[in-house]
Amino acid sequence: MYEIVEKRELSDTIVLMEVKAERVAKSCLPGQFVIVKTDETGERIPLTICDYCREKKTVTIVFQVVGASTLRMSKLKKGDSFRDFVGPLGKSCEWIDEPLPELKQKKILFVAGGVGTAPVYPQVKWMHEHGVDVDCIIGARNKSLIILEDEMRAVAKNLYIATDDGSYGFKGNVNDRIKALVQEEKKTYDLVVAIGPMIMMKFVCILTKELGIPTIVSMNPIMVDGTGMCGACRVSVGGEVKFACVDGPEFDGHLVDFDQAMKRQQMYKTAEGRDYLKAQEGASHHGGCGRCE
Amino acid sequence: MDVLNRVPVREQAAAERAHNFDEVCLGYSLEEAKAEADRCLKCKNPKCQTGCPVNIDIPRFIAKIGENDVEGAYNVISEYSALPAICGRVCPQESQCEAKCIRGIKGDAISIGKLERFAADYAREHGIRPAVCAEKKDKKVAVIGSGPAGLTCAGELAKMGYEVTILEALHEPGGVLVYGIPEFRLPKSTVVKSEIENVKALGVKIETNVVVGKSVTIDELLNEEGFDAVFIGSGAGLPKFMGIPGENANGVFSANEYLTRNNLMKAFLDGYDTPISAGKKVAVVGGGNVAMDAARTALRLGATVYIVYRRGEAELPARVEEVHHAKEEGVIFKLLTNPKEILVDENGWVKGMRCVEMELGEPDASGRRRPIEKADSEFVLDLDTVIMSLGTSPNPLISSVTKDLEINARGCIAAAEEDGSTSKKAVFAGGDAVTGAATVILAMGAGKAAAKGIDEYLSQK
Repeated sequence: MYEIVEKRELSDTIVLMEVKAERVAKSCLPGQFVIVKTDETGERIPLTICDYCREKKTVTIVFQVVGASTLRMSKLKKGDSFRDFVGPLGKSCEWIDEPLPELKQKKILFVAGGVGTAPVYPQVKWMHEHGVDVDCIIGARNKSLIILEDEMRAVAKNLYIATDDGSYGFKGNVNDRIKALVQEEKKTYDLVVAIGPMIMMKFVCILTKELGIPTIVSMNPIMVDGTGMCGACRVSVGGEVKFACVDGPEFDGHLVDFDQAMKRQQMYKTAEGRDYLKAQEGASHHGGCGRCE
Repeated sequence: MDVLNRVPVREQAAAERAHNFDEVCLGYSLEEAKAEADRCLKCKNPKCQTGCPVNIDIPRFIAKIGENDVEGAYNVISEYSALPAICGRVCPQESQCEAKCIRGIKGDAISIGKLERFAADYAREHGIRPAVCAEKKDKKVAVIGSGPAGLTCAGELAKMGYEVTILEALHEPGGVLVYGIPEFRLPKSTVVKSEIENVKALGVKIETNVVVGKSVTIDELLNEEGFDAVFIGSGAGLPKFMGIPGENANGVFSANEYLTRNNLMKAFLDGYDTPISAGKKVAVVGGGNVAMDAARTALRLGATVYIVYRRGEAELPARVEEVHHAKEEGVIFKLLTNPKEILVDENGWVKGMRCVEMELGEPDASGRRRPIEKADSEFVLDLDTVIMSLGTSPNPLISSVTKDLEINARGCIAAAEEDGSTSKKAVFAGGDAVTGAATVILAMGAGKAAAKGIDEYLSQK
């Protein structure tokens, strides 16, 4: 059993949990994910790691309530436990293996959309701890969906907030903010890391391709085992079939077939959505989860 | 009774079982088992034993059943195997022990598998467990994977007195016995669980949710966690796809995914959250045991099911019994048929599969006659689901991060057949991780050989 030592609600539907998981905390790196299972009958849910503490032997996860399983998960309290918590899975960020002096020369922009801010955070934090200055945009539909702002501000050199409705920070989506940075503020970037809803990553990649900036995205397809055994998570990258769980989850965003990936994400949406509505009538849900749109 | 004919085993009627997940084969009663045991010729030079990958003294346990000493029969089997209730169900006896049976030269071979199953089920139902080793050794072994290879290796080592910990990547122990083989062939909550409990009763610890290569490396197990040897029994690997157009459409699954959702995640039971897109018109591509399992699962979930296989009936790699059961239950065999393209609707879902008829030409490298396309024979199968059951390719998860661990030309871990030793000191391997996809009993044989190899290595240390 894996005890929840801390729980915070980051918005109406976004929950943060710090979980005791000794083996994961010891070996995980930014970019990797875990699979959690609430109880005997729960699904195996893949979640990107948001933070980790080797001393406390804890791993922090952030998730949005999007279906029956995540709703059930959100009801767990501090002191409760997950039945299963396995990882770290997938590959860590490629740049971790780059020589630090070279990495420090690079101008990197992180683009975080909605709950996608959670997996961006450990990457920016790693950069900060290794003396690499990076910029970061956090985008969301409105102010209430902006998460981890203080945490991110503490580790990013420049933090830019963008909301679709202008309720906080820059008015516009993350692409509008990228354009403003590059075209108006004349910033140059050697690398963009974009993590958020698939639709956001797709459009960021279209823009950065035009701008000629290499871009890494983190895919979060449907998964079952997370170790390469089932092939549910296959993604087309540059015309080749890749398994997000073992080949990814991070890929060259300019090569990913997002339209196919988005269709594949719909596979169980109807059934899940129905379960959720049954469980919580009237609750609205949109954007940011990477599972909807 | 005619000694030439085996005692028939009772089965659930096909029409009934096609709609439930209860076990197909009902097994022998004591009277039936004794009658079958009496057919054994008690050969002085038993060929059956040489056909068994774990070398069970078959005539000795059969004789015990004949003497009405079923507990004794179970104890004989337990000297050789930790998983008899499983092997009695899923071993291909017809090509192993039973293929060598002298009685089988004229008439039916003794139903060795069904007798093994009977003895093991009797033991479980009567609370009889295998004997535990009294003398403990001061050495620790880590076993990676809790499938047939890992459980056998762990059980054997525990019987020798070693302190054994199994590290399992999934949330339940059992490997393919739990995620792969369906309930109707191998009941989980009774048969599999009980045999895993038996292995634990020998002193084996099982830690779930540990992905070796990710959560911890083999070098860390040896250097930091105090293990003296490691056995890798991590199983087959990544499912293969055909590389035809439309394969990433919604409704195309690997057999591994389809079976895992249903078996491990129990999607077929109410109250479990994991969904399965069961399909109404399903084609399973492939002709092995896994293909039969997927087809019969889809059938039970309410679909019309086709097996699409590019060679003929004689070439089907699945056990005859499985093919026979599938046919009885209503699976439609489209043999000498090969998929060319999966047809996809505007929402990205499968709507059909364009296929071509095949004929058999000259034998290929595998010795089987090579299928060739028949001209102008294309047709479309109307479908909503396609399940690819084409085997697996090796999972690089462990080999890619373990220094000095050599892989063979096929990408599997290179290990000696006789003792499971690898290129890396203190590391042994066996089962599908070494051979690629094979059978439960071959994996058990490899686990047993490696246990002996590990014992020899640690005794010299």
